[in-house]
Amino acid sequence: MFDASAHDAPRVGFYICHCGSNIAGTVDVESVAEFAATLPGVVVSRHYKYMCSDPGQELIQQDIREHQLNRIVVASCSPLLHEHTFRHATAQGGLNPYYFQMVNIRENVSWVNPDPTAATLKTKDLVRAAIRRVAHHRSLERKRVPINPNVLIVGGGIAGIHAALTLANAGKKVTLVEREPTIGGHMAMFDKTFPTLDCAACILTPKMSAVKTHPNITLWTYSEVSQVDGFVGNYKVRVTRKPRYVKEELCVGCMECVTSCLYKDARFPDEFNQGLSKRKPIYIPFPQATPQVVLVDPDTCIQLKSGKCKKSCVEACERDAIDFTQTEEIKELEVGTIILATGFQVFDAARSPFYGYGVYPNVYSALEIERLVNASGPTGGEVLLRDGRTPKKVGIVHCVGSRDEKTNRWCSRVCCMYSLKLAHLVKEHTGAEIYNFYIDMRTPGKSYEEFYDKLLKEGVHFIRGRVAEVTDWARSPEEEGKLIVRVEDTLIGVVRRIPVDMLILSVGLEPRADAQQIRRLFNISCSTEGFFLERHPKLAPVNTFTEGIYIAGACQGPRDIPDTVAQAGAAAAEALTLIDTGYVEMEPNTAFIQEAECSGCKSCIPLCPYKAISFLEDKKKASINEALCKGCGTCVAACPSGSIVQNLFEDEQIFSEIDGLLADVAGV
Amino acid sequence: MNYWYFPGCSLKSTGRAYEESLLAVFRALDLPLQELDDWNCCGATSYMSVNEVQAFTLAARNLGLAEKLGSGNGHGPTDLVAPCSACYLVLSKTQRYLGEHADLAQQVNAGLRAVGLTFENRVRVRHPLDVLVNDIGLERVKKQVKQPLTGLKVASYYGCQIVRPFATFDSPWAPTTMDRLVEALGAKAVKWPLKTRCCGGTLIGTVPEVGLRLSQILLQEAQRREADVVVTVCPLCQYNLECNQAEMGRRLGEPIRLPVAYLTQLMGLAFGLPERDLGMQRLFVPFRRAAAQEGGRAAHV
Repeated sequence: MFDASAHDAPRVGFYICHCGSNIAGTVDVESVAEFAATLPGVVVSRHYKYMCSDPGQELIQQDIREHQLNRIVVASCSPLLHEHTFRHATAQGGLNPYYFQMVNIRENVSWVNPDPTAATLKTKDLVRAAIRRVAHHRSLERKRVPINPNVLIVGGGIAGIHAALTLANAGKKVTLVEREPTIGGHMAMFDKTFPTLDCAACILTPKMSAVKTHPNITLWTYSEVSQVDGFVGNYKVRVTRKPRYVKEELCVGCMECVTSCLYKDARFPDEFNQGLSKRKPIYIPFPQATPQVVLVDPDTCIQLKSGKCKKSCVEACERDAIDFTQTEEIKELEVGTIILATGFQVFDAARSPFYGYGVYPNVYSALEIERLVNASGPTGGEVLLRDGRTPKKVGIVHCVGSRDEKTNRWCSRVCCMYSLKLAHLVKEHTGAEIYNFYIDMRTPGKSYEEFYDKLLKEGVHFIRGRVAEVTDWARSPEEEGKLIVRVEDTLIGVVRRIPVDMLILSVGLEPRADAQQIRRLFNISCSTEGFFLERHPKLAPVNTFTEGIYIAGACQGPRDIPDTVAQAGAAAAEALTLIDTGYVEMEPNTAFIQEAECSGCKSCIPLCPYKAISFLEDKKKASINEALCKGCGTCVAACPSGSIVQNLFEDEQIFSEIDGLLADVAGV
Repeated sequence: MNYWYFPGCSLKSTGRAYEESLLAVFRALDLPLQELDDWNCCGATSYMSVNEVQAFTLAARNLGLAEKLGSGNGHGPTDLVAPCSACYLVLSKTQRYLGEHADLAQQVNAGLRAVGLTFENRVRVRHPLDVLVNDIGLERVKKQVKQPLTGLKVASYYGCQIVRPFATFDSPWAPTTMDRLVEALGAKAVKWPLKTRCCGGTLIGTVPEVGLRLSQILLQEAQRREADVVVTVCPLCQYNLECNQAEMGRRLGEPIRLPVAYLTQLMGLAFGLPERDLGMQRLFVPFRRAAAQEGGRAAHV
């Protein structure tokens, strides 16, 4: 292989791309090529219609061989798109791929500068800078690091469940960590799913038990990830398992302990039923909970609070599964890839007080109604008001905590459809007159618009307008005892008063309250609204900016079940791709320490956002883990003795680039 | 702690009972209000729509006067208490706008300098409700109660201008400061959703039918919820709701008679202060100590 050492006189090949008319429409590419040919060290200078095409790449390879080129510069689009392409072409020509430099004259010049003269001038400056810089490039090697094939999935909702099963079926070992005592997430609370109206439990619970029984899946519920170290392919994770006070391997979920609990009646708000029913201190969240294991709530259990209970539960348990001595357990885990599927929380309707949530008992959040219509819910599937009456008129307010400057500005995407679903179900259960108050109906999705049409035909009322207030201010005998919804009907241009018995608030989806802590734990980013940020909104929707960490489901933004499942499959596929490659190639643009000059001052260590720098106590020197370094350059700039060097960003390279940029002005 | 008191025009005329009771209650709580010397009209809402810069300057002169005096005792913030809703709104708005718009502040300050004043955004515009709940505190108020108003059902009416849009001391949708004070006096705060609904404001003078109707809606709803008395902290609300009850009956039918008092009058009664010090005799629909004490049974004359 022909290689050039850094000391050889540079023989540069320069190529400028037309990109159709994207670049050539503004920049005079011919004159730039002529200009580049005059610069010292340039042996070949060409312009070409599409440098990224096969013939374009072939041109580079041929020139390297024919003209013994040892440096390549391409002026075209963003390095994000084609740096890889041209590095590859350079390598194919027989050079080390890092003897290549790219100039972005499309996004940085032609697309933003409409004046051809100025654009051409700027291009020449950028090209001269790159040609000067590339002379100082060195041969670099990409390092290969093996990948641990095991996967961690955080969150046991439908996203985490689907991703876990996909990976496990592909033969990978998966650990699924769920914070709650059972997997199933929000989907387990739903009665039916739109638009097909199939029963949520019927399609979800088989997947839940498949997770539990799959030989490749380790399920840790009631557990949270507390620490993450390492890097792509080699993550070290610490998981905290909260005590259930019940031995998971012994309990069979017979519920004898629950029956015998000293509290004869359930009296504590049941979290799974949104507080609409009561549970005992020892309980199982819902009949199909997975694992099918009871747990004891330390805040309400007499034994755990005072130590003074006759412990009839322990007596009742034939398998001796109850263990009040259990404590928190820390588990260590090594995985190569991580999928975050931590989901969402619903908007707290009390934050918009004009809807009367928390003031009037018959104002409900949509999640509460999901439980009310559910056959295993607090009323056995009967939609009843808090006083036991059946509602005759029901209102559904859309966009509560969505599309609202004062709370959350985004559209939560699922509310129009779930409002339609609830309208159908409540009408079916009660025969009530239903009023939907909406801003816009948003029903894009397979069979969604048809479902909307079906509801229109079912005689559900749709009033276009944002509800102004909900009161119990009756102005006529018919309004007495009702909730009065005041709304501007914007289609007929009048303010209306609609009396209803029950009001359902279609609350939006928002990031979980601790999304920022989770983000820091896994070293990924959040978008402005607080959902996890994908690497690219269109082309890398399940990747994050941290290699080997993927996101799926509503933790990335509001989405419905079909989209969540699709995304979970995509995340699993991304993880599989990495695992089956067997290794990761690390970009060589990392920083390293010239030990002779390092004074051991440690100023770089806390600055590194990737925790890549450690301190060698024996040598009293800092040391950078190449596998962790992302090449951000923070430590390089901060080092007081100048002992940190970053590949591809060495002083000589940067200064000669600056010289090249300013040559016209400075006359150098 | 010292509070500068900005009465505005109403508290010296239609709202005299408000001034009398307010001063008496603050005196009883050992927090004398000191009237801002040489104060001028706040400009109310009308001047703003004629000439904004002049209106801001007029209002800012009062803020400048308070800033010049400082806190009054050499330390702590400079607080200017504005009991009238319109004054409170205009002064708060002026402070907010001058703070946010440097060019406006410059114009206004140029005007103020001509009379030896400046506005440097050092003063805090306060509402008595804010001071009573957040500075004095409900515990201190409770301690002062000598004759608790046990059994009295009170509908607190906030009106539109106190909590919207500039106040930060209470919720703009569901304010509670007045209700909490009412409960501190031993009375029962009636739950009702019209707390901040418009009383008609100045419509009573321009489109009387509409103005009267808006006021009547509030009174009817308070009565429907068995309130013995409506309390307010705005001189215009009090006037609209109380003085026009006979006119409502004449023009709109459905006669109504329900006492409408200032919150500070109710506080004074609970504190055991003399009725005359609280301006009780100025009410058109009589509401006397006996009525307040008997759980409102004697209120409906």
